[in-house]
Amino acid sequence: MLEILKQSSNPEICKPLVEAVIEKAKEFQQKFGRRPAFMEVCGSHTMSLARTGVKQCLKDEVNLISGPGCPVCVTDQRSIDAMIALAEGENRIICTFGDMMRVPGSNKTLLDSKIAGKDIRVLYSPVEAIKIAEENPDKEVIFLGVGFETTIPILTLMVGEAEKRSIGNFSIWMTTKLVEPVLRYLLDAGEVNLDGFLLPGHVSIVLGENSYKYLVDEYHISGVITGFETAELLFGIYKSIELALTGQAAIINNHPSIVTKTGNQVIHQWMDKYLTECDEAWRGIGVIPNSGLDLKPEYSQFNAKKRFTVEVGEPRKTKCRCGEVIRGLISPNECSLFGKACHPMNPVGPCMVSAEGSCAAYYQYMRESF
Amino acid sequence: MEKFISLAHGDGGELSHRLIRDVFINAFGDGNEAMFDAASVIISNSKIAVTTDSFVIKPIFFPGGSIGKLAVAGTVNDLAVSGAKPVYLTCGFIIEEGFPVADLRQIVLDMANEARKTGVVIVAGDTKVVERGSADGVYINTTGIGVYQPNMGCSLEFEEGDAIIVSGTIGDHGIAVLTARGELGITVPINSDCASLNTMLDEVLQHSKGVRIMRDPTRGGLATTLVEIAEDFNITMKINEIDVPVKGEVHGVCDLLGFDPLYLANEGKAIIVVAENERNKVIDILREFPEGENAVVIGTIIGKEKGQLLLETPLGSKRILNRLSGTMFPRIC
Repeated sequence: MLEILKQSSNPEICKPLVEAVIEKAKEFQQKFGRRPAFMEVCGSHTMSLARTGVKQCLKDEVNLISGPGCPVCVTDQRSIDAMIALAEGENRIICTFGDMMRVPGSNKTLLDSKIAGKDIRVLYSPVEAIKIAEENPDKEVIFLGVGFETTIPILTLMVGEAEKRSIGNFSIWMTTKLVEPVLRYLLDAGEVNLDGFLLPGHVSIVLGENSYKYLVDEYHISGVITGFETAELLFGIYKSIELALTGQAAIINNHPSIVTKTGNQVIHQWMDKYLTECDEAWRGIGVIPNSGLDLKPEYSQFNAKKRFTVEVGEPRKTKCRCGEVIRGLISPNECSLFGKACHPMNPVGPCMVSAEGSCAAYYQYMRESF
Repeated sequence: MEKFISLAHGDGGELSHRLIRDVFINAFGDGNEAMFDAASVIISNSKIAVTTDSFVIKPIFFPGGSIGKLAVAGTVNDLAVSGAKPVYLTCGFIIEEGFPVADLRQIVLDMANEARKTGVVIVAGDTKVVERGSADGVYINTTGIGVYQPNMGCSLEFEEGDAIIVSGTIGDHGIAVLTARGELGITVPINSDCASLNTMLDEVLQHSKGVRIMRDPTRGGLATTLVEIAEDFNITMKINEIDVPVKGEVHGVCDLLGFDPLYLANEGKAIIVVAENERNKVIDILREFPEGENAVVIGTIIGKEKGQLLLETPLGSKRILNRLSGTMFPRIC
């Protein structure tokens, strides 16, 4: 398997693929008089496309637009401020994925609070939070549940584990997001002209190929389920152009060995058991109805939002344009703060600090000053 | 001997005396250098190198080494990459009350073994004990003294075309320690590369006059160390991503958790910049040693106008590499 993965970045395979993509893109340009435009929905795709050099190699031929797929970046500012405020309470242990630590709140970051003495722990393995709760019965252990469909199953697993072990001092602050509602929002808004989507391989493992049918049936737009290695990315783009050229809309599964038609049914059962749809606020967009998942009322004991109240004021206004970056309206370097007031050591918005943020990808991998 | 360290082991009285006698002198020996309040050593009439480093690694025992082995190898390597022959070490211990004496013995033994292997003599030491909770187990500081040998060393003069060599796979230490902490929820069969490199690097300097600089890419990893060289000497360096040796296991963990192997710590690797016409000779020498068996050329110096580090991807595109900025955190999905 490893050898196959290594082959995926083998220049002998990838360079001809780049040539093939460029040739196809030129064909598209001849036919339509513009570059084909595709949105990579997922933050990991944005990162991989930038890190492997695919974006740079294709920049004159294919318009690759980053989408709303970085969970930290799409979390609205009030929600970020609430999570930081949550950590101020006494007798609490806040557990989080590392990405959240340096996300700028209106006044400070979680890292600032940690340095000031608050008990905030970065977990690599989220289920560790259950162990922490068991070991600290006199403290409230709260996990910051930020994520898309790839992360949500882990959150349900944690609740299941806490339930099984009858742990009373564990809860999750749910701010999860779903892919379908935001794609529908973007398509309905019609702000970006797209010839198709590069759909994320790992989210698709959970959702399944059939879950994207609405793209074809209701919006007549294509999607290619694509992996994260260089050759996979290039092949996904090639297929997308090929589809756009025919004018047909279809969902193509380029990951058939791991993405099934109906997704992971066990995970679906878990999600159905514990979670219910809820409205969620998105950065730069506002509330999208039924765009997130919350714990069902019967599991309120594990719902931090039901157990703790935090008060936050109006978020501080900045010139950060993360909201437009997320919607695919501008590329990071079009923001006046990019690389000047806003850089990884001093992020103004979440897109610059998250490991999947478009601005971080652009800053780290795509600046060309040589 | 007691089973656990108490505050009395650090008060300078009878227990301190016994601890030093039974644990430290027992392992390090009671050399002629050890006098009352200071060691007396003889250094031939040459320029010397001095370096100091503190070790606070967690966990203190990890696959492929321990804080003891690291405390010797780390300081020895700082001297060796500077082109000096390591001769003497001092060590200072800060121990938390309640620390198991058996663990301390093992750490000290690891130090003694590594010192013996490298040929350095530990000539002075100090032990302090702090209250439980004031430190995390044990911290060690080592100071090393090395001697520069006449007509041998790094020129610090660079030319376009100079080769950038790395002595083996990168990121092993970072991943071994992270997984040994048990927080990743995964087990990876990988050992830290923790090793002293002085014998190997001495051999390189003995046989090559073309060495420009040597550095050990510890914290901040390969990329950060190369950026420092590029900026300090105002040279443009280019490395090829496909040539950088990374173990499959390290790649796997990095993919899973969003780390970049270029920024992971190493404790037994050297970067050597060498004249183009000496590169093969240096590679051959490195590969004679187990610590250098995977040595490869990963890039070249391509200019002398701008201090920056470029990485060429397998697709042929180039990007700038910067220093590690902030802690590397794993991603969400």
